[in-house]
Amino acid sequence: MKYLDEYRNPKIAIALAEQIRARATRPWVVMEICGGQTHTLMRYGIDELVAPAVELVHGPGCPVCVTALETVDKAVEIASRPDVTFVSYGDMLRVPGSRSDLFRVKAAGGDVRIVYSPIDAVKLARELPHRRVVFFAVGFETTAPANAMAVWRAHREGLANFSVLVSHVLVPPAIRLLLQSPSHRVQGFIAPGHVCTVMGYTEYEELAREFHVPIVVGGFEPLDLLEAIRMLVNQLEDGRADVENQYARSVSREGNPAARAIMARVFEVTDRKWRGIGEIAQSGYRLRAEFAGHDAEKVFGLAPITADEPAECISAFVLQGLKKPPDCVAFGTRCTPDTPLGAPMVSGEGACAAYYSYRRHESEEQLVGLH
Amino acid sequence: MSASTEKFVQLSCPAPLASRDTVLLGHGSGGRLSAELVRDVFLPALGDPVLGALEDQATFEIDGARLAFTTDSFVVKPLFFRGGDIGSLAVHGTINDLAVGGAEPLFLSAAFILEEGLPMETLRRVARSMGEAAAAAGVRIVTADTKVVEKGSGDGLFINTTGIGRVRPGMTLSAANARPGDKVVLSGYIGDHGMAILAEREGLQFDTPIGSDSAPLHMLTRDMLDAASSSIRAMRDPTRGGLASTLNEIAARSGVTIEITETAIPVREEVKGACEMLGLDPLHVANEGKLVAIVAPEAAGAVVEAMHRNPLGADARVIGAVTGTGRDLVLMRTAFGTTSIVDMLAGEQLPRIC
Repeated sequence: MKYLDEYRNPKIAIALAEQIRARATRPWVVMEICGGQTHTLMRYGIDELVAPAVELVHGPGCPVCVTALETVDKAVEIASRPDVTFVSYGDMLRVPGSRSDLFRVKAAGGDVRIVYSPIDAVKLARELPHRRVVFFAVGFETTAPANAMAVWRAHREGLANFSVLVSHVLVPPAIRLLLQSPSHRVQGFIAPGHVCTVMGYTEYEELAREFHVPIVVGGFEPLDLLEAIRMLVNQLEDGRADVENQYARSVSREGNPAARAIMARVFEVTDRKWRGIGEIAQSGYRLRAEFAGHDAEKVFGLAPITADEPAECISAFVLQGLKKPPDCVAFGTRCTPDTPLGAPMVSGEGACAAYYSYRRHESEEQLVGLH
Repeated sequence: MSASTEKFVQLSCPAPLASRDTVLLGHGSGGRLSAELVRDVFLPALGDPVLGALEDQATFEIDGARLAFTTDSFVVKPLFFRGGDIGSLAVHGTINDLAVGGAEPLFLSAAFILEEGLPMETLRRVARSMGEAAAAAGVRIVTADTKVVEKGSGDGLFINTTGIGRVRPGMTLSAANARPGDKVVLSGYIGDHGMAILAEREGLQFDTPIGSDSAPLHMLTRDMLDAASSSIRAMRDPTRGGLASTLNEIAARSGVTIEITETAIPVREEVKGACEMLGLDPLHVANEGKLVAIVAPEAAGAVVEAMHRNPLGADARVIGAVTGTGRDLVLMRTAFGTTSIVDMLAGEQLPRIC
């Protein structure tokens, strides 16, 4: 495939992996932040290629997975109302809340629809003036500009029947929290390329300086990730802690000013609870007061909900890179993509689901070996 | 309720218990939920050993003649798509379920559930298409039924076709027959049908438009069986759930590990591109004119050669092998020389593609 096969060339991949192994004088622990990157690493077996020089641990970068249980419960509550057309990215439909999920709301007769763009949700609000159209605005900084644009358009057009349930999360505060944890093992980060396409990487320069940790902005194809790992290993071996940009074909230092402008116009930074981690200060977006008429939480006057994660789930450790999914006793048995116990098993980009889909045979081998 | 689900409740766990309470779209996906539905609802209630064999068709003997019998319902949306329509699909789908059982398709039935308000011209077009598809394939539609439901109780038009065919003497194809050493043969490019439907539905435009591969496979299976009938252990057409689900079914039924090679699996550039854009895996996308066969190693070459002589098998190739017993699992050797699991589709990917 033009412009993609070039980034999946097996010969170059194997050569890069050899360079990484040759350069490493000791094993290094590297974390990729983004779930899309986790998926590629697992799908192509890049963790196998770079072992034992590099151990890859998987960060909290699947927005579907880290959306708080309470927020999913709110979505279920809103979507169940007969006057509501609830619109979401497909991934969110399977995510279990405390009691139900959006697929079940749909099966019970709720009007739940999947779109690929929030602008389609605005279009629906225009076409269905007698229904209240609610879009589930989840995601990192990557999806925020389009979601902001949707709110902005609805606002400008006076579409009073359009609102958004906002659960945006921000990457740098999560990295900061992780680096502040005394038990963390991460020595270098692959920063999420799509997030940086929007935001640039000046925020990561602060983190690199403050914690003396190398960060490479990485893409999502196998060669992108291998090159990013090589750049990190070179920095680690040199004792450097810089921010480098592997994904220069998409990312500039300043990011996308137009996207940042619309986000700043519509959203403001707020504290946010992350599923599997807990509340992180200043780690999310909410709508500015000016747009309260499009804020589903306000429009529907939802009572505050609190919900607890199942005690057995170790996702807090997995999302901080302290444990691998197969370390969990429920992994692959009580917890599978069909019956997820916790956040990282829910979406295809979650660390546990990626392990389940592509790596289950290894944990089975380990288990077989134990018996 | 089992002990383990009770435990989930105590933990106030978000595990979706309700999958057992209501039917979800995912139950029609051809993946794991569909398998659960068959196992938990239909097999216990219907309890027939032939049904329990879980083949794409039932085979049984009547007065010395071995017959194959199968049924399939079609709810595809939209009704017309590039490369076919619900009518031709309904004919091809049932022919193929007979063909992969080693049978020569003979007679079909057709049952129509029509929604009040369906334009008559739409129905005429679909009926014509069915007639043409059957004639082209040399099968006869010999009985039919029509029901009409109120507006809002259907979605335009649903079709059921049932087919009967004669099984070749001595044929005992079964997904339970795979054994170590056998080769996995695929008849051509995967993912065309599912992506053609999705492109139509989502209004996606491609430089080279994707057309459905919907086609009757009984001449191809005949050619294959002529070449090496005793060496073909199993055949399946990977429809809903795609190649991944079909291989997992064979692995599970035979209790074997199947290993396929990523670089050997043909996927069109435009299908790859569309899958990439929509976050789908071509291995999970439906086909309506492809088959996968498990073949004894010594006959694989002859079978592939025979397939190459038929236009529907022009791109046939060996994509993998059965590598062991004891663990029913499908593995893929990636282009990078690493190994990953090929899983059955969990839940729903694309509803109503056939």
